[in-house]
Amino acid sequence: MFPITGTAALVLAVIFGFAFGWLLHRGKVTDYNVIINQFRLRDFTVLKVMITAIIVGGVGVLWLVDMGAAKYHLRDANMLAVVLGAGMFGVGMVLYGYCPGTGAAAVATGSLHALAGAFGMMLGAMIYAYSFGWVTSAILPVWSLGKVTLSGISGIPAGWIFVILIVAAAALFAVVERRSAMRG
Amino acid sequence: MQQNCTCSIQGLDMATTHHSTSQSGLILAGINWSPYVVGSGIGVLSWVVFVVVANPIGITTAMSEIAGGLAAPVVGSEAVAQNPYWARHPLRLNYGVLFLVGTFLGALVSALVARTWKLESVPSVWRERFGPSITKRYAAAFLGGTIAMYGARLAGGCTSGNGISQGLQLALVGWTFLVVMFATGLLTAWLLFARTRAEPET
Repeated sequence: MFPITGTAALVLAVIFGFAFGWLLHRGKVTDYNVIINQFRLRDFTVLKVMITAIIVGGVGVLWLVDMGAAKYHLRDANMLAVVLGAGMFGVGMVLYGYCPGTGAAAVATGSLHALAGAFGMMLGAMIYAYSFGWVTSAILPVWSLGKVTLSGISGIPAGWIFVILIVAAAALFAVVERRSAMRG
Repeated sequence: MQQNCTCSIQGLDMATTHHSTSQSGLILAGINWSPYVVGSGIGVLSWVVFVVVANPIGITTAMSEIAGGLAAPVVGSEAVAQNPYWARHPLRLNYGVLFLVGTFLGALVSALVARTWKLESVPSVWRERFGPSITKRYAAAFLGGTIAMYGARLAGGCTSGNGISQGLQLALVGWTFLVVMFATGLLTAWLLFARTRAEPET
């Protein structure tokens, strides 16, 4: 039965996207101030959302893969490209105040500067398309490790990595919540 | 005047209720959902998409395809079709593009239902540091969007596709992306906002 493909999958795409956009707005991560204040370490909404999503999503997907109901969709670890790209991404995201997903959602909530940034994103994608030949020959092959996971390189089973993540996240959230409670 | 819209009664309401709601937790009827509830929601949505459509959440591949569609009238559809990237990723009404359309609609309907939809040109945190100039804010957003998108494509995905969807699979790419982008993001925020006077506004 699964995965669903064809026209039905296209209808589901809109429904799943709708849920995602709804969640981003209700979680306040379509708000420029919330995102920037995360990077100024004054508001931990962004990290709370992301870390919870990774843990809840990850534990469920691990179980679903073990049951045979889902497959992993791992990407190649082209490490030079990831480090350079993520480095640029952090700079760009703080200048913009949004990441691509929250930016698109913010445009929908009336943010005009998010729209200005969306035009920038279109330009960035065009520059990438024109440099794609150079990127594939000069950047992607450097330090290319294939589809590796943290449990693959460390030898620690995925379940235990999630236990460690849950403990670390609980400690971080406890500190952050106490700090914001003290601030009133 | 529209940049002052954050000072409306609605805006104040949201700002003052934000912290108390996130502590009391599971109130789904209100405007402000706890970030833990929202994060769990995105996690559960990931279960569903992994099983039902075998297509993890992601945004920037679709955006690149749309950029190809926008480039076509400027450089000619010939040139776009011959570009090695767009040849691989032609603009179609495919799953990813429709997911992005859905994301837009979901945020739009949520904002309308919650009555928080408002035009915003210069957000308050930016205005405190850089003043009310719309041009300055738009220029920074445009430049930032350009850099972020190039970086996302180079890294193979954005916060959603790389950070969350690869991160939850414990992929090395996902975690490297999260650590590096937070590091340069913190540094950039420090360089940009260090001169703002102390106290947070909420």
